[in-house]
Amino acid sequence: MNTLIFRTIAPLLVVVMLVFSVFITLRGHNEPGGGFIGGLIAASAIAIYGMAAGPQATRKAMRVDPLAIAGFGVLLAALSGLLSMPFQLPFLTGLWADLHLGDTAVAISTPMFFDLGVYAVVLGSISAIALALEDSGEDG
Amino acid sequence: MVSFSTYPGDWVIILPVIVCLVGAALLLVLKQVREVQIPLALLSVGVVAACEVALLTRVLTVGPVSMTMGNWLPPFGISFTADLMGTSFALVAALLTFAVLIYLEMDAPDRAKRDGIYPLVLLLLAGVSGSFLTGDLFNLYVWFEVMLISSFGLMVLGGKNVQLDGTVKYGFINFLATTLFLLALGLLYGLVGTLNMADVMLRAAKVDPAAMASVAAILLLAFGIKAAAFPVNAWLPASYHTPPAGISALLAGLLTKVGVYALLRTMVALLPASRDVLDPLLTAIAVLTLLIAPLGAIAETHLRRALGFLVIGGIGACLAGIALPTAEGIGGSSIYVLHAMISLTALYLCAGLIEKLTGETDTRKMGGLYAAASLPSALFLTLVLAIAGVPPLLGFWPKLLLLEAGLDGSGIVSGVIDWARWR
Repeated sequence: MNTLIFRTIAPLLVVVMLVFSVFITLRGHNEPGGGFIGGLIAASAIAIYGMAAGPQATRKAMRVDPLAIAGFGVLLAALSGLLSMPFQLPFLTGLWADLHLGDTAVAISTPMFFDLGVYAVVLGSISAIALALEDSGEDG
Repeated sequence: MVSFSTYPGDWVIILPVIVCLVGAALLLVLKQVREVQIPLALLSVGVVAACEVALLTRVLTVGPVSMTMGNWLPPFGISFTADLMGTSFALVAALLTFAVLIYLEMDAPDRAKRDGIYPLVLLLLAGVSGSFLTGDLFNLYVWFEVMLISSFGLMVLGGKNVQLDGTVKYGFINFLATTLFLLALGLLYGLVGTLNMADVMLRAAKVDPAAMASVAAILLLAFGIKAAAFPVNAWLPASYHTPPAGISALLAGLLTKVGVYALLRTMVALLPASRDVLDPLLTAIAVLTLLIAPLGAIAETHLRRALGFLVIGGIGACLAGIALPTAEGIGGSSIYVLHAMISLTALYLCAGLIEKLTGETDTRKMGGLYAAASLPSALFLTLVLAIAGVPPLLGFWPKLLLLEAGLDGSGIVSGVIDWARWR
């Protein structure tokens, strides 16, 4: 696996995949996509980087422990559900607001934050598993 | 979409699950900061218990409380529905988790923090509370999976060979049980077109009784495995003693009882007609489970393996109540669940204490404990007597109710009197 071609291409591939994963996540509300599949794409990017540069270098590049990212995702998803409490609506009720930027209106909603939470959970947990598997492969 | 305003006090029905999940997430994020782990875990479980006390008082004053997520009305939205039984089970589960957390911290604080046990304990409590409070069968399945994953993690952490062995047995059999549960849910949805518990209750009577009875039979097998009832009980004594004592106590106190709760819910409340069809089977399972458990416990010399058989015995008593669907039977069964949760958690913790004091796990080598440490031995004896059902201890009262239900339902009492007159 550890060829010169792969090591050269991997960082470029990782950048494209991470950007694409954000695009897929944000597209997800009305079209195919969403937090889960976006998170999977991002986690595959991390796994590819792990194969090219080694799990230690990948952990260093990520700066944050993957499991902490997953925990943050659960936190974000739960808080987006809790936001409906002051409006006397049940847990997880979708709330929508429009952000006016010049002529365009960007819809900001609690389902979006929930989806971003799912993205972080999937990214964090799958990359933790992938890095752990690559770790044990090195030892053996 | 119909919208309606929610009474803010109703939030206590969903908060136990949210607080557990948020607490687990925070502990995971703050994994490196070891000093905050135990205070944060205790705080989360304390808040959960407080929410459940509030929920219990509300259930006692206004009756069952319900909330449907996301304002999507059933059968599309997922409902949480709390009644007296589910809420009291959830409250006891939270209090027991609090006690076990303190035990884990005192037993081996460094190991618990290094392995990241506390987030998993909170995740387990989220699964257990969710199962007790949900009003939707598919959601119940989801909480079963949450429990399965977190208990799998709790069992294997530490990585000793015997732990791996126990975890594989436990994980495989319980995975099979949840798969069977999912299968039954698919059939049920095909038959009645809904998985909301209240909705199922209304529509089940109009469906072909033979088809419903087969769904109930699959559910009985699935929850029977979860609860470790007789023919499918072998996984429990083979796996529950392998993790450290505190973890064993948590699993023994909470997991099998969720299986019994699910049986009570589905057999007695949702599908009573199918329960009547399965009645002979339920009776046979209950009696055989009650018989096999003490025999296994007598034959076993490993202390915590023997306790595993006592867990199974408690399940037998609970099933006897489900086989006798009178008010006494159901009441006795529910109170027995509460008793079994409390007593078995305490017994496992006490066994852990004894194993630590003697340095042995084999009961034949534990002689002389009373002379060395009288308090743990007295405690152990009291707890065993409570499990045996000696009055005035906790185990006696549900057993009295179950006995009354059995004597009323079977007509044995009058038979005995007639027989005496004949003599």
